[in-house]
Amino acid sequence: MKAVLKSIGRFFLKRFKGIRRFIKRVWAHRQGKIGLTMVTFLVIVAVFAPWIAPFDPYDVAERTTKGLPPSTTHLLGTTINTGQDIFSMLVYGTRVSLIVGVSSGVLIAIVGSVLGVMAGYIGGAVDSFIMRLVDVLLVIPTLPLVIVLTNVLGRDFWIIILIFVAIGWTGLSRTIRSLVLVLKNSNYVKAAELSGASRFHIMIRHILPGTSHLLIMSTALSSAGIMVAEAGLSFLGLGDPTAISWGKMLADAQSGGALLFGAWWWIIAPGIGIFMAVFAFMRIGIVVEEILNPRMKQSSGVYKIFKNLNSSYVEDVFNSMDEHAQIGEASSAKGGAHG
Amino acid sequence: MSETKVNPIVDMRHVSVDFPVKGALPFIRKGCIQAVSDVSLTIHRGETFGIVGESGCGKSTLANAMIGMVKPTAGEVVFDGKNLYELSRDDFKATRRDMQMIFQDPFSSLNPRFNVYQIISEPMFIRGQDSEATMKARVIELLELVGLSKDDLYRYPSDFSGGQRQRLGIARAIILNPTFLVCDEPVSALDVSVHAQILNLLTDIQKKLKLTYVFISHNLAVVKSICDRMIVMYLGKIMEAGNVKTIFDNPLHPYTHALLSAVLDTDQTKQREQVILKGDIPSPIDPPKGCRFYQRCPKAMEGCKTIPAPEITVEEDHVVACHYVNGFPESVEKGEGYDTPLKQQADE
Repeated sequence: MKAVLKSIGRFFLKRFKGIRRFIKRVWAHRQGKIGLTMVTFLVIVAVFAPWIAPFDPYDVAERTTKGLPPSTTHLLGTTINTGQDIFSMLVYGTRVSLIVGVSSGVLIAIVGSVLGVMAGYIGGAVDSFIMRLVDVLLVIPTLPLVIVLTNVLGRDFWIIILIFVAIGWTGLSRTIRSLVLVLKNSNYVKAAELSGASRFHIMIRHILPGTSHLLIMSTALSSAGIMVAEAGLSFLGLGDPTAISWGKMLADAQSGGALLFGAWWWIIAPGIGIFMAVFAFMRIGIVVEEILNPRMKQSSGVYKIFKNLNSSYVEDVFNSMDEHAQIGEASSAKGGAHG
Repeated sequence: MSETKVNPIVDMRHVSVDFPVKGALPFIRKGCIQAVSDVSLTIHRGETFGIVGESGCGKSTLANAMIGMVKPTAGEVVFDGKNLYELSRDDFKATRRDMQMIFQDPFSSLNPRFNVYQIISEPMFIRGQDSEATMKARVIELLELVGLSKDDLYRYPSDFSGGQRQRLGIARAIILNPTFLVCDEPVSALDVSVHAQILNLLTDIQKKLKLTYVFISHNLAVVKSICDRMIVMYLGKIMEAGNVKTIFDNPLHPYTHALLSAVLDTDQTKQREQVILKGDIPSPIDPPKGCRFYQRCPKAMEGCKTIPAPEITVEEDHVVACHYVNGFPESVEKGEGYDTPLKQQADE
């Protein structure tokens, strides 16, 4: 027990050092600098929202300020129907978007990696169970499920996060499982087993670090994706009705007739917010992929990710599939070879 | 000599290893791959024991069964007086620390995310009895033993060449002072120019630490130069076993003949009889009933098809399993014309 606690402690300590080193490496990239700066900026805005926002975004009492265009007092104008200050709403909206996006991204990475590594390394019944669960979850259409679940379970944004995680881990765990299948047959895992390492030790020290590039990339990219999804959900009127989020601002703009009255500032402001957040996280995701995969170092760009997806682990998966096929062929060809 | 014979380090008795093969439908077993079938052998303390055979003949599986990586389906493995597969979990782990392995491919046997210190100290780290300082001192000591320097401590495997990586693998294998080391083709993935260096290093370490080696190889020249005793395997069975000198001086089994004649010689003037085998090694899923080698054997007879060849001691420390050498056993019922040579093989 003591040894287990010790190794967990060491694990986290090392991760901590690793994160510091990692941020330094991201900073070394131009794209990474852009991403990190923007994310830091968004985090500061979210944390210090009450000090940054000049007005109370929930304040609908001041009916005299209805539908004002951008000016020095109202930086981004006000809403048409309630007269809320849009800049303040935008600042407060950062909180919801960041919390929903980042926490779902992190939770997806945790759930996906734990289940993926377990399925890949332990195998057998555990593997079958997890993979069948993935199959079932993957065929369920996402949006209708989310709509139904938010209606049943309520619209608190923690519930929305949980729903996104419950659906989002499947793809990641599948990719991780296939990577683990390759890693667990490597000789260094065998050497560790030979020295008496426990399954836990091997999973934590050898297999999980081997999937880290996938995890970090997935966290960054799925955070971005979920921010958009959350905005979409709020736009459909399915978000948390009490919280101010960018999606809800768009929904209000739509229902409040922003287009009709030419209140462009009401539509553009939340759009800029969503764009900035997604752009920042995408930058980080791309840079991480570049750092951890030396084959990508020479050039950057989104298409490289896809190119690389094809050439690295997907190829490994195909190779392992080929090996299985060959064993099968050998067994069926045995009659003809020497008959 | 008599002492070592009383107390061998590894004693395998009638060990078989089968792997189930899954069929196309679930729950239906298609059959078994008999990777190793009914192998008995004894490895004495301090010797180098060679295992020779072509790819897929069960060399590596046999070695894995020896060190507890693959559980045999039948038979028992006695290591240092203890039956390996009847020990409790903790005893098993403790016993297995006395054995280590050097892998064929030095590129996949080192975790690319670990630095040299982490790689070499890992067995000690797993055992969890030593402080950081002791581990570091030990790693530096080992690095110098295998011919690397202290400055390499925090470098990563990608900074090293194949030969240097194999040295790291050796250092990792000997850090816990094992008594028994399995070398699974340790030089076959390396440049020819590095072979001798690594082999010399291995023999030096053996002398210093009094290790017992099992040396898996398909390179007969290497086996001849460093091994004391050897077995020749074919399709999961021992064909010929004994002292390396005896076997090289007086090879009896047709398969050993074929292997020896396939060795390349730089001396072109030396004319030798060439035995070229036809075909491939048959599938181990459904091996021949009789002698496993009869389909490719130039000396095969009718009886070889159905009567298994027993291992018979022909001279001191020399065992051969072949009907052509030993004659058919008298106790077994033989069919008509059992000793006529098989036609197609004889003609070829």
